[in-house]
Amino acid sequence: MWSLSKIANTIHEWLRTTFNSTLATILEMVLAGVAVISLFAILGLVLVIMERKVSAWMQIRLGPNRVGPKGMLQSLADTVKLLVKEGLTPNGADKFLFNLAPFIAMMVAMLLMAPIAFAKDFQLWDLNIGVLYISAVSSIMVISILMAGWSSNNKYSLMGAMRSGAQIVSYELSAGLSILSIVVLTGSLQVSEIIQSQSNGWWIFKGHIPAIISFVIFMIAVTAETNRAPFDLAEAESELTAGFHTEYSGMKFALFFLAEYVNVFIVCAIGATVFLGGWMPFHIGSWEGFNHLMDFIPSSIWFFGKTFFLIFLIMWFRWSFPRLRIDQLLNLEWKYLLPISMVNLLLMTAIAILGWYF
Amino acid sequence: MFLKDYIKDVYNAVKSLLVGMRRTGYYFTHHQEIITQQYPDNRSTLHLPERFKGEVVMPHDERNEHRCTGCTACELACPNGTIKVITKFDITPEGKKKKAVDKLVYHLELCTMCNLCVEACPSDAIKMAQTFEHSVYDRSQFTKILNNPGSKIMEGVE
Repeated sequence: MWSLSKIANTIHEWLRTTFNSTLATILEMVLAGVAVISLFAILGLVLVIMERKVSAWMQIRLGPNRVGPKGMLQSLADTVKLLVKEGLTPNGADKFLFNLAPFIAMMVAMLLMAPIAFAKDFQLWDLNIGVLYISAVSSIMVISILMAGWSSNNKYSLMGAMRSGAQIVSYELSAGLSILSIVVLTGSLQVSEIIQSQSNGWWIFKGHIPAIISFVIFMIAVTAETNRAPFDLAEAESELTAGFHTEYSGMKFALFFLAEYVNVFIVCAIGATVFLGGWMPFHIGSWEGFNHLMDFIPSSIWFFGKTFFLIFLIMWFRWSFPRLRIDQLLNLEWKYLLPISMVNLLLMTAIAILGWYF
Repeated sequence: MFLKDYIKDVYNAVKSLLVGMRRTGYYFTHHQEIITQQYPDNRSTLHLPERFKGEVVMPHDERNEHRCTGCTACELACPNGTIKVITKFDITPEGKKKKAVDKLVYHLELCTMCNLCVEACPSDAIKMAQTFEHSVYDRSQFTKILNNPGSKIMEGVE
């Protein structure tokens, strides 16, 4: 049967037999890099058109419908436009940091691609502290935003960057704690083992109510972490024009824009891995026939289906809820989400010790 | 009790958010009605709302008569000098001098369609029209004289 891991293995074997081992390793790295970059490009195009269509349908509009069939090439046309635009650097800006910031945003998104399992046995780097790596690397994102805001030498950018700093630092906590409550059940930080532990049912079903609570908290926290509405205070169009990327134009702006969508994909992929079983098909306990039937659907389709379901959920949030004020945002985190997720973690630990989960 | 209020807060917040999501989810799954106008495509069947404000016009009846007395209330009401009323003095049949409008000059390029002039007019001489395709090649065409040449005030309007 066709699968991504088979293609990867075929390429691996061919490279090993054709070149010597050092060259083969280098070539494999290059191929992986190219694959990640092209995945980025495709994700950017797909997610932008998806966002615009979803928003249009939710607001009883038609959405883009001019370029290509049903407007499906609109994001491609936008990309071409952004590519040929001038990437202006303002005179008063700190030129080095200003030009570095979008690349750091992109680099963080690329680093986060490493431990994600896209299909069965198809993963760039299955390191034993995968979840820790993800939560550590995703915090670097805030540096690029602060850098962009500070070096722009513009009060709107600075305000947006400072808000974003406060926001990401606080919401990291509840996102981390809600993932931790699942790690308590699996007893491992390794991504492949977390997925393997869900072979007889996903954690959101096996972990009772605490798992559902931590899933909800995780979704809220990652929406805030990726700076999307209703937590888009870093951009806040009506107050700060465009927040930290007010001064950016052309391809540098496009990199920030792309990084936002890729980050949405990554956090949804992590959510799908931890709570919804990653590439693991939908299995119910010991129903052999049903489980076997579900195994016929390729694992990559399961993974991308779950991830896009979560992305749709986040888009649904964006086009339903009004934006919070900065004090409401911090109240929500420190007075509600953090205490709830702490109590939830305690509850989950009790469940894990007593063995009450399936 | 603090804990009770806290849980109630969380419950109400989640409930109201779900109500909002249910609404947008309903719109997403029932994709039939479109509230936006597909403008150049439906130009012939375009339906504008009643209160749409396109430009200021002065209606004339079939005898080329308008209701403007030349009181300049619209000129005073306009916040950005869009309207200039040039008045003249008519001689009434009794031999008395009476103020009347000579030209009501309207600068479309300055107008923000705020409707204050229409509100200020004591004799309902001007109103907002629904036309909106105002593009021209020369700026001077934006300066319009609202009363028709040779028009005069309607009988009985003071």
